[in-house]
Amino acid sequence: MKKTIITVLGKDTVGIIAKVCTYLAENHCNILDISQTVTGGYFNMMMIADLSGTDKGILDVQKELAAVGEEIGVRIHVQNEEIFDMMHRI
Amino acid sequence: MINIHEVFETNQMIEREHFDVRTITLGISLLDCIDSDLHSMCRKISSKIDTLAKDLVSTGDAIGNEFGIPIVNKRISVTPVSLIGGSACRTPGDFAEIAKTLDECAVRAGVNFIGGYSALVSKGMTESDELLIRSIPEALAKTERVCSSVNVGSTKQGINMDAVRLMGEMIHETAVLTKHRDSLGCAKLVVFCNAPDDNPFMAGAFHGVTEPDTVINVGVSGPGVVKAAIAACRDSDFGTLCETIKKTAFKITRVGQLVAQEASSRLGVPFGICDLSLAPTPAIGDSVADILKEIGVEQPGAPGTTAALALLNDQVKKGGLMASSYVGGLSGAFIPVSEDQGMIEAVECGALSLEKLEAMTCVCSVGLDMIAVPGDTTPATLSGIIADEMAIGMINQKTTAVRLIPVIGKKVGDTVEFGGLLGHAPVMPVNGFGCGRFVNRGGRIPAPVHAFKN
Repeated sequence: MKKTIITVLGKDTVGIIAKVCTYLAENHCNILDISQTVTGGYFNMMMIADLSGTDKGILDVQKELAAVGEEIGVRIHVQNEEIFDMMHRI
Repeated sequence: MINIHEVFETNQMIEREHFDVRTITLGISLLDCIDSDLHSMCRKISSKIDTLAKDLVSTGDAIGNEFGIPIVNKRISVTPVSLIGGSACRTPGDFAEIAKTLDECAVRAGVNFIGGYSALVSKGMTESDELLIRSIPEALAKTERVCSSVNVGSTKQGINMDAVRLMGEMIHETAVLTKHRDSLGCAKLVVFCNAPDDNPFMAGAFHGVTEPDTVINVGVSGPGVVKAAIAACRDSDFGTLCETIKKTAFKITRVGQLVAQEASSRLGVPFGICDLSLAPTPAIGDSVADILKEIGVEQPGAPGTTAALALLNDQVKKGGLMASSYVGGLSGAFIPVSEDQGMIEAVECGALSLEKLEAMTCVCSVGLDMIAVPGDTTPATLSGIIADEMAIGMINQKTTAVRLIPVIGKKVGDTVEFGGLLGHAPVMPVNGFGCGRFVNRGGRIPAPVHAFKN
């Protein structure tokens, strides 16, 4: 499993999750967990996805999701989960 | 499973608090490039470095993008050149040829610095060591990316005062040869006591002879992260303060360990060490001085500064030690002047003097670093300052270093602009009383009594 963390930050608007999920579904990426908060009109979402179903590398997914983010006016980051595991788990 | 708060904590460190991996440094042994013919040796050096370092920058960038953490510098360190040039070099100019070769390798590999134009002379100098040292001014003036260091003392061997005297002269000469660029050559030259073999940070990195053929060493930084963490528990007692620094240092170092492991496996080069050093940059919010202020001194240099720095350095080490399987290099806090906006301000407002900086180096990880002094400072005075700093390292069994820049044509009150990561610096006053008789005695200072732990 290639666990990947997707974070979305930006002004809350209709369809943010839909757009991201559509992209992931089209690319055969399985979503394992989603959590989100909206504070002061700003949308924070964190998604854990498994990229082992897609032929694309994480750097391609990064670029394409960043482009999706630009369309809807939010910032989307895609990072390998290990950095968070290393930092927050002993 | 990782939760949203942990993810945003990490990303906030990176985006707002300047957390980064400061350098991935590829150490390369040049011992197998030794040849009695200079040109043939330079060819072997080029070929070895080109082959081993060709993927360093692209691999570093790929790791950085994948994990979402900036990896600011990719660098190379090599075996101290005085050890490999002995049979091929007859003049300082011959050694400078090797420097040019290294510079060209750095350009081809796409790294901004290559370290190891070095000599280890804590007890004495071979002919080759002395030729290399005498070639340093020319080598640094004619190259852009080569960094030089000379280890002139150690706790086990004492201080080589002949080398200390020579280095005062060489720093001065380097300043003269690069005076059209505010004596920038001196920013690439460090004098050490107890130099570590595995330091990934420039300008003092070299690939020690105790190391394997190639090795990956990683330097992590993050003064802004530490500052933000302790700001969140402002005015807490020392126990809470220390605990906070320690936990933050742990988290930062874990990322360094991860990057080091990845770089090691992707490049097929063994992992050496992770060096957790709070290394400031001139960027606002990336400052060790700001941490000291947050701990509670009005400006670095105020009474209490040395104690604040001591606790910071120690907690950083304690947090980092558990986070990485191999901690090494310099690990601790760096206190360069020109590379830290808060230190620059402290000097400009009169809070921080060269003497206070010297006291601070007794408790932090390096020494008098990136300090601009008047251009008319004599070589003997430079040697005196070096000797003082080396003595601190020798007696306290720690690494100390001196990177002074006597800026030719500038005096106290002037400012020097080095640009980029090297920042800018106000020219600081130096004690004007002489030390020529002391420096010119010749010989060496014997090893201290605590060198004899056998």
